[in-house]
Amino acid sequence: MTVKILRTLLLLPVFGLLSGCNMVLMQPSGDIATRQRDLILASTGLMLLIIIPVIVATLFFAWRYRESNKEAAYDPDWHHSTHLEVLIWSAPLVIVIALGALTWISTHTLDPYRPLSRLDASRPLPKDVKPLVVEVVALDWKWLFFYPDQGIATVNEIAAPVDVPITFKITAATVMNSFFIPALAGQIYAMPGMETKLHAVINKPGMFEGMSANYSGSGFSRMNFRFVGLDQAGFDDWVAKAKAGNKPLSREAYLELERPSEREPVTFYSSVAPGLYGQVLNMCAVPGKMCMHEMMAIDAKGGAGKDSQANRARLEYDNRYAERGDEGNAATVGGSGRSSHSPEQPQGMKPKSTAPEVKPHSGSEHSGHDHSGHAHGDAAPAGDGPKGDGPKSGETKSGETKSDGPGGADPVAPGQLNK
Amino acid sequence: MFSNPDLQKLLFGRLTLDAVPLHEPILLITFAMVGLGGLAVLGGLTYFRLWGPLWRDWFTSVDHKKIGIMYIVLALVMLLRGFADALMMRAQQAMAFGPNEGYLPPHHYDQIFTAHGVIMIFFVAMPLVTGLMNFVVPLQIGARDVAFPFLNNFSFWMTVAGAVTVMASLFVGEFARTGWLAYPPLSGPAMSPGVGVDYYIWALQIAGIGTLLSGINLIATIVKMRAPGMGMMRMPIFTWTALCTNILIVAAFPILTAVLAMLSLDRYVGTHFFSNDLGGNPMMYVNLIWIWGHPEVYILILPAFGVFSEITATFSRKRLFGYASMVYATVVITILSYLVWLHHFFTMGSGASVNSFFGITTMIISIPTGAKIFNWLFTMYKGRIDFDVPMLWTIGFMVTFTVGGMTGVLLAVPPADFVLHNSLFLIAHFHNVIIGGVLFGMLAGITYWFPKAFGYKLDAFWGKMSFWFWLTGFWFAFMPLYVLGLMGVTRRVQHFDDPSLQIWFVIAAFGAFLILLGIASFIVTLVVSFLKREELRDLTGDPWNGRTLEWATSSPPPDYNFAFTPVVHDHDAWWDMKKRGYVRPLSGFQKIHMPRGTATGLILGVISIVFSFAMIWYIWWLAALTFVALTVVTIGHTFNYARDFYIPADEVVRTENARTALLAERV
Repeated sequence: MTVKILRTLLLLPVFGLLSGCNMVLMQPSGDIATRQRDLILASTGLMLLIIIPVIVATLFFAWRYRESNKEAAYDPDWHHSTHLEVLIWSAPLVIVIALGALTWISTHTLDPYRPLSRLDASRPLPKDVKPLVVEVVALDWKWLFFYPDQGIATVNEIAAPVDVPITFKITAATVMNSFFIPALAGQIYAMPGMETKLHAVINKPGMFEGMSANYSGSGFSRMNFRFVGLDQAGFDDWVAKAKAGNKPLSREAYLELERPSEREPVTFYSSVAPGLYGQVLNMCAVPGKMCMHEMMAIDAKGGAGKDSQANRARLEYDNRYAERGDEGNAATVGGSGRSSHSPEQPQGMKPKSTAPEVKPHSGSEHSGHDHSGHAHGDAAPAGDGPKGDGPKSGETKSGETKSDGPGGADPVAPGQLNK
Repeated sequence: MFSNPDLQKLLFGRLTLDAVPLHEPILLITFAMVGLGGLAVLGGLTYFRLWGPLWRDWFTSVDHKKIGIMYIVLALVMLLRGFADALMMRAQQAMAFGPNEGYLPPHHYDQIFTAHGVIMIFFVAMPLVTGLMNFVVPLQIGARDVAFPFLNNFSFWMTVAGAVTVMASLFVGEFARTGWLAYPPLSGPAMSPGVGVDYYIWALQIAGIGTLLSGINLIATIVKMRAPGMGMMRMPIFTWTALCTNILIVAAFPILTAVLAMLSLDRYVGTHFFSNDLGGNPMMYVNLIWIWGHPEVYILILPAFGVFSEITATFSRKRLFGYASMVYATVVITILSYLVWLHHFFTMGSGASVNSFFGITTMIISIPTGAKIFNWLFTMYKGRIDFDVPMLWTIGFMVTFTVGGMTGVLLAVPPADFVLHNSLFLIAHFHNVIIGGVLFGMLAGITYWFPKAFGYKLDAFWGKMSFWFWLTGFWFAFMPLYVLGLMGVTRRVQHFDDPSLQIWFVIAAFGAFLILLGIASFIVTLVVSFLKREELRDLTGDPWNGRTLEWATSSPPPDYNFAFTPVVHDHDAWWDMKKRGYVRPLSGFQKIHMPRGTATGLILGVISIVFSFAMIWYIWWLAALTFVALTVVTIGHTFNYARDFYIPADEVVRTENARTALLAERV
C-alpha cells in the first residue's frame, strides 16, 4: 500500500510539470510523426489493458495476503489451476496478437522507404505533386543538405514547403549518425557508403529542431540543425536567397567543410559541383579516388583479379583523417596527440566564446564566427519572409536581421520554437 | 624518459608519461584515495595477520561458495565505480544548459558514459549473476562443488583481470569514447586511434573468457551433478533459470569474442572487417554484437526471475504457482531471445517486413514474461506473505518491471521506435528493466542467501532503508527520462540549449542522489549486520523456513556442503523433507573427496592483466613474453596432480556433531 501512496505522491508533481512542458513527440507537426504518435498512444493503451490490472492485483494481493491478516484464505499447497494457466498465457497472447497486427500494418504503412500516400488524415496526396528531394550528408558534426532540383546546398538548415512530400536521401561521410527531426518524422541512420531514405511531409509552418541522434564523437552534442516549414512563396524566397549568395560549393570547398568542426553556422551555397552528392555517397569526393559504384561494376563483371591491386590505394577511404592530419572523432591518448585527460579539447571543438549557435535559441551569438576554414555565408534565419531583400553574403551580423516570415524572427527564444 | 626515442618505443611502446593524468585533480584525488584505501586494507590485513587465510581460504580456493562470494564482492566494488560515473553524468546534464558548459568537456563525458555502460553490464551485473549462481546452484542441487572447481577459480580471476584492465584506464591512459558497444566505424583505427578502444576490447575479451568458462562449468554441474531423484522437472526454479542463462552464455559469448577479435584485427593488423572502405561492413558488427547483446540481457534477467520465484514461494509460505509453466516460460524466453536482436536497429534501414518480424518476435517474449509475473501473483494469492526485505524487493520489482516491460514492448513497435530510438525514453526503459529487474533481483538474492553464506541475517531496518531509497530513487531518476524522451531529447548529449529541459534533469539528478543513499544504506546494512551478528545469528541453517536444499545444511555450509548427498522425492525438496519428518543422520559419516585449492587461476589472471596492458600500449616484447608465460603456466597446470584431498571422517564427524549441538541448544 505504501508503495501505491508513494507512487501517487510521486506522480502528482509529474503531472503538474507535464502540463508545462513541450512534448514534441506528442504534438508533432508532420503527418508521419503524428501517425507515429497515434501508434504510440494506441499501443500504450492496448498494453495498459493488462499492465494496470497486473499492478493493481500485485499490490492488492500483497496487501490482502499479508501475514497479519488471519482472515484471508491460506492454502499452502495450492499451486495449479488449469483455468488460470490458460488465462495467464492467453491474456497476453490476445494483446500481442492485436499489437502484432497493428505492428505489421503500421510498419508497412510508415516504412520510411515508402512514398507518402497522403498529406494528412483528411487529405490524400494530390495527383501530380512532385516531391521535394533533399540529399542529406552527415559530416563530422554538421549536416550538409543538397537540393538537387534547386541546385543549392545548405549547412545546418533545411527548409521545405508545407504540405509538399519530401524525399530525403541520407548518407554520411565518416561515421554513423542518425538523422532525426522529431516534429517531422522518425529517425533513420546516416551511414557512410550507404544511402537510407525517409519520406515525410510537414503540415505546419515553423522552425523545428533537428539533430543527430546517434553518438558520433567529440562534437556530437552540438551537431544540431534547424528544419523550417514555409509556405510555397517563402520557400521560393529561401531558395532564391541561397542562389543570390553567389557562393558555390565546389569539391574543394566540400573537402574543407568535411573536416571536423562543431557549431557550424548556417551556410547557404548558391550552386553545387555536379555529382557531388554521388561522390560523397560513393566515397570518392577526394580527387583521384575510385568511386564505389565503379568498383562494384568491376566486381559485377567478375572482378579484375590481380589487376585490382592497382586500385587498392584509390579505394582507401578511412585513411583520410591521417592524410589530412585531422584527429579521429573519438581519439584517445596514444592517438590524439594530447596527454591523458587533457583539458585541451579535441580538434574542431570551439571554445564557447567564438562558437556561433546553430539552434535558434537565445541567439546573439550569430556574430563573431571568426574561425578559419571554409568561408560561410549568410547565417540569416530561414524563412526570412517573402521580402526578397536578398542575402547578405559575408555579413556576419545577419543573425540579428529582422524578419516576419513564417519562421519568425531570429534569434528565437526557445519558448517560441515550434518543436 | 629516454634520450633515444627508438629505445623508449621498444621498451614502452606508446606508453609515455603523458598517459598518466598528473595534471587532473579529480583523478589524482581518486588515485590518492584508492592508494590510501589500498594501503589501509593491506595494512589491516598485515596487522590482523589475515594474509595467510585470505590466500589459502579465498584467493586460491576452488570452493564454489567462496568464489561466489568473491564475485559478489567484485561486483559491489565495481558498482561504486559505475555509480560514480552515473552521478558525474547526472550532475553534468543537470547543469550544462545554454552558456553553462558544465564541468565535463565532451572528451571526458564521452569516456564516462562508455565506462558506465561497460562497467555496469560486464563488471557489476554479470559478476552479481555469476556469483549468485555459483554460490546457490550446487547447494540447491545437493552437490559438493561445481563440475570443474579449478575452472571456476580461473573464471573468477579472469573476470577480475578484465575489471582491473578497465580500472587501469582511469589512471594510465584513457578509456574508449565510443559508447558501450563501440560501433564501428567510430571504434575503428581511423576514428578512434589511441588506447581507449583497446582497453575496451581487452577488458571484455579477458572477462569474456571467464564468463564463457563459468557458463560451461555451471551447465555441466546442473546437468551431471544433481542429487539422486532430482529430475529436470524437480529442479528449483533458480537452478532452471541458471541453466538457461548458462546455455545462453555458452551460445552467445563466443559471438562477442569473435566480433571483438575481428575489431582487434581491424585495429592491430589493418584488416577491413568493419571499415567503411575496401569491403568492410560496419553494419555486420552491429548485427553481430546484438546477436550477443540481446541474449545478454536475458542472461542477466533470467537468474533474477529465478531469485524472485524462490523468494515469492518462501515468503508467501506457499508452493510456487505453476511450476511447469514457469519452466516452459524460461525455456521459451531462452530460445526467443535469439530471434529479436534486430530490434536494436530498426532505424538502420531494414525493410518493413524484416522490421515487423523482429518487432513481433520481441512482443512474443512478453507472453512468457507475462506468464511469469502472473505466476508470482498467484503464488501470493492465498499465501501468508511475510514482508521481510527480500519480499519487499520482489514487490518493488513486480511493479517497476511491469512498467519497464510495457515501454519495452512499445519500443518493439518499429514505427514507434523510429521516434524513440536513441532517445532518453530508451535509456529510461533499459534502466527500468535492468535496475528494476536485475539489480533488485540481485539485491533481493543477496539478502535472501546472505545468512546461508555467513551464518547471520542482514539487518532488516537498514535493508528496508536501502530498498526504499533504491525504489524511490529509481522512480525519481528515470521517470523524468521517459518524459525527456517524449520531448525529443536523445542520449549521450553533453550539453543542451533548451533551458526548459533543465528541471527534468535536476529531478533525475535528485533521483540519483536517492539511489546513492540506497547504496550507502546497503553498505551500512553490511556493517551493522556484522556488528550485530550474534543477535542475527542463524543456527538452524534454515532462517526463512525455506523450501529448497540449500536450507537443509548449516549456515554457513561446511566445505563439503552435505555430509550425505540428499535424496529428492518432490520439488521443493527441503520443504518435502521437513513435511515428511526428515531426521538428520547423526552417524555413519565417511571421509569426503574434495578438490584442492590452487594458485594457478590467480597467476593466470595476473599474467593476463600484464598481457592486455602490453597489447594496449604496443609493448610487444612484454606481450610476447606474457603470452608465452600464459601458455607455459596453463600447460604446467595440467601436470599438477595434487588436485584433490579427503576430508577425514573424524573431521566430518566433528563438524556434524558441532551442528547437532547447536541445533539441540536451540530447541
